[in-house]
Amino acid sequence: MKRTLLRRAVVPAATVAALALALSACGGNNDSGGSGGGLSGSVNIDGSSTVGPMTQTAAELFNADNPDVQITVGESGTGGGFEKFCAGETDINDASRPIEDDEKALCDKGGVTYQEMVVANDAITVVVNKDNTWATCLTTEQLKKIWEPKSKVTNWNQVDPSFPDEQLSLYGPGTDSGTFDYFTSSINGEEGASRTDYSPSENDNVTVQGVQGSKGAMGYFGYSYYEENSDTLTAVEVDSGNGCVAPSASTVQDGTYTPLARPLFIYPSIEAGKSNDAMVAFVKYYVENDENIATTAKFIPLSSDQKSTLDSELSDFQSAIG
Amino acid sequence: MSTLTVDKHAAAAGAEGFLRQQRARHGEKLVYVVLLVSALVSVATTIGIVFSLVVPAAQFFAEVPLREFLFGTDWAPNFQPPSFGVIPLLVGTFLTTVIACAIALPVGLGAAIYLSEYASDRARKTLKPALEVLAGIPTVVYGFFALTFFTPLLKVFSPSENLPGTFNAFSAGVIMGVMIIPTVASLSEDAMAAVPSGLRQGAFALGSNKRQVSTRVVVPAALSGIAAAFILGISRAVGETMIVTMAAGLQPNITLNPFEFVETMTAYIASSAGGDIATGSTVYKTIFAVGLLLFIITFVMNMISIRLVRKYREVYE
Amino acid sequence: MSSIIVSGKPPTERPALQTTGEPLKERAFKWLLWGCMAIGIVTLVTLLTYMLVKGLPRLSTQLVTNMPSQVNPDTAGAQSAIAGTLWVMTFTALFAIPVGILSAIYLEEYADTERWWNRLIEVNLLNLAAVPSIVFGILGLAFISRGLGFGPTIITGALTLGLLVLPVVVIASREAIRAVPRSIRMGSLALGATKWQTIWRQVLPASVPGMATGSILALSRAIGEAAPLIMLGVSFVTFTPDGLFSRFTTLPVQIYRWGSLPQAAFQELAAAASIVLLLLLLVMNSIAILIRNKMQTRW
Repeated sequence: MKRTLLRRAVVPAATVAALALALSACGGNNDSGGSGGGLSGSVNIDGSSTVGPMTQTAAELFNADNPDVQITVGESGTGGGFEKFCAGETDINDASRPIEDDEKALCDKGGVTYQEMVVANDAITVVVNKDNTWATCLTTEQLKKIWEPKSKVTNWNQVDPSFPDEQLSLYGPGTDSGTFDYFTSSINGEEGASRTDYSPSENDNVTVQGVQGSKGAMGYFGYSYYEENSDTLTAVEVDSGNGCVAPSASTVQDGTYTPLARPLFIYPSIEAGKSNDAMVAFVKYYVENDENIATTAKFIPLSSDQKSTLDSELSDFQSAIG
Repeated sequence: MSTLTVDKHAAAAGAEGFLRQQRARHGEKLVYVVLLVSALVSVATTIGIVFSLVVPAAQFFAEVPLREFLFGTDWAPNFQPPSFGVIPLLVGTFLTTVIACAIALPVGLGAAIYLSEYASDRARKTLKPALEVLAGIPTVVYGFFALTFFTPLLKVFSPSENLPGTFNAFSAGVIMGVMIIPTVASLSEDAMAAVPSGLRQGAFALGSNKRQVSTRVVVPAALSGIAAAFILGISRAVGETMIVTMAAGLQPNITLNPFEFVETMTAYIASSAGGDIATGSTVYKTIFAVGLLLFIITFVMNMISIRLVRKYREVYE
Repeated sequence: MSSIIVSGKPPTERPALQTTGEPLKERAFKWLLWGCMAIGIVTLVTLLTYMLVKGLPRLSTQLVTNMPSQVNPDTAGAQSAIAGTLWVMTFTALFAIPVGILSAIYLEEYADTERWWNRLIEVNLLNLAAVPSIVFGILGLAFISRGLGFGPTIITGALTLGLLVLPVVVIASREAIRAVPRSIRMGSLALGATKWQTIWRQVLPASVPGMATGSILALSRAIGEAAPLIMLGVSFVTFTPDGLFSRFTTLPVQIYRWGSLPQAAFQELAAAASIVLLLLLLVMNSIAILIRNKMQTRW
């Protein structure tokens, strides 16, 4: 009797599973009423989780006109992304830093060639608590004093005697993150050179909360996280020798917000371009609509110089694929 | 009521004799092979894991001496100058695991005893699945919960200004423990439910009360299952990634104070594997070295526990 | 006073004998146990409330009908993630549960525990339960995605997650099989059944409840895992899977990504998606729970 009960349970279970599959299959709807570009195929992208949202935005906008192209955007990290890219598994790699020598060697081994393209800018923004009225502008030397390896600064009045006696608490990205690498190399002179006693987090929202939570807190992350929380956090203006500059689209584009402005890259594979028309069309779309994509994704668009460089990079890419 | 279904074919075997037996033997052989292959899937998995870890780890140890790795007390592979002492990560894993097990094992067992011995049948049918829902909550959600609800709650009740910090081992450990409760409870409860009621009845008949029956008769009888539940729970605590990454912190720290931040081995692996570290670099290979170390530690731990359990297991009929 | 029936079926109420000794101790013990149970339930309720409060504003049919969107957080949904989760979970179950149960049968009924290789398999299984999920991601990437050439598709995801939860199924099933009294097996063999017949017709049906628990715990774990899938390269996908070799995304991966984005709308989406995930989990588990309840035996 138990056997038949078991069998009786299997049938409804199988039905439910089949129904679920059927539901998901017919639920899937790719057309969003666009003109239907006629293009079909798939584009596989992976890489940095900083650049990921921008590429995702590009994918969505591209899909509006070309609904039959399946674009997947992974975010296993710049390094993990390059590993897959150099093995020929992805068509484009998103990167928040330029490709490194180890990775170049890997790509040589895998027979993958690429065209480096800068597609947007990001301003690494140093933030302090809203109630912090004294640190509206900091020089790069002061930042270095706070963040350098073995720094003993634990109080704001050690940074500048005119600052009040307020305990300093530091937040930032994890040590595996490109943001960390860039900040440390710009401010402390070497990638990875940083004091070890700050609160790192994988999730920049946690850094946001940390800085919101205590008066003497300070943290740093990408511009979009500041933009989203600009009413509860204060962005510190950075003085690298030419006066205090606040991070913004214009100051990044005209180069006055230094040294914390960084470029964001994509690396389309030339090999992939030779055999994948959809991918080439996507790259072309990305470059031609770059300003719109960057603004929609809340990144800082390219300056006109950078734009012309990007255009020539695109033609290099197109001639390389033949 | 358990009945033995009498197999007509088996009964007829006597009549048809050796013919039926021969056919059955073929089938038995096939069954054995199929089963063995299934069991070997887990072995193949282990071999695969070891292989994918050992090769890059070996490359790592060619660059960084094993002594420095195992006995160093400073873990800063991404800093300049880098240092590769794994002890802070070991301490982090140890601290969070102990806290998680201190919650999950007793509470899980207690809940199991309640469900098995004290709850009514109807209560059991509702409460057991309710507990199992806890097992299904995504670990990401647990991580967010620990970070954005539990830690602030702790801070409200904390007498100290600084502790617990935003990241602390206690928060991660407790939430991990809660996540593991269903595993321990459900498996222990199954084990206890399977204890023949004759044992209980005998004990009751001799004048024991419910507490004595539960603790002195049922639990020892179900020890094998309960031990398996415990081992599974501990293993889960050691290997948990998401919760500790989000709530315990990413800053290595050698401490036994649960209210400070720590970094566990799994948190390091998770954050580095998904970060922007250059593939093929020494730092990237630390992921595999740490992973291999974790694997070896749990292997030794499990070997010891299996041996212990086998010694104390009681078998009935 | 309830009578004691001599038939093997346990009395429906516990014999109410006069308790000797301290009633307080008994009550205290009972309350302690009840407290343990309460900790679990209270935390569950708190968690659910937490998720509901954060996600309720976004809980609507839009979540099911719309695709994830980076451009329009307000109209984004989770359709591709829901479909992906259903696909992956179905195949994870189809892989892990049979292999797990068969492995358990081998280990309990056929393996000679004196042989070293069988003991190795046993330790090996327990050890696998401790391996961090992200290492399974590394494994899946190296051997299934690349080694077998499947790429980051549904089948790779299902196999990777299946291997991750296999130990739980095996261990639970083993305990369930072990709990079947030997007298049942002996009786069956005495009546002339073969070993397999005994297992198939006597032992297995009796161990179904334990195996059901194992599958519930295993699938619950699998449905909520994000780390191994992110390692494989799963993230943003705006189409539903159309086959075993299709790319995909799942709810936990989407929740993780949304939780890391700055916009508040995405945080709410993450919470709403968690609720959807729990609902899916409940449906999935209820099948196993039904089976378990129907087949429950007390010896």
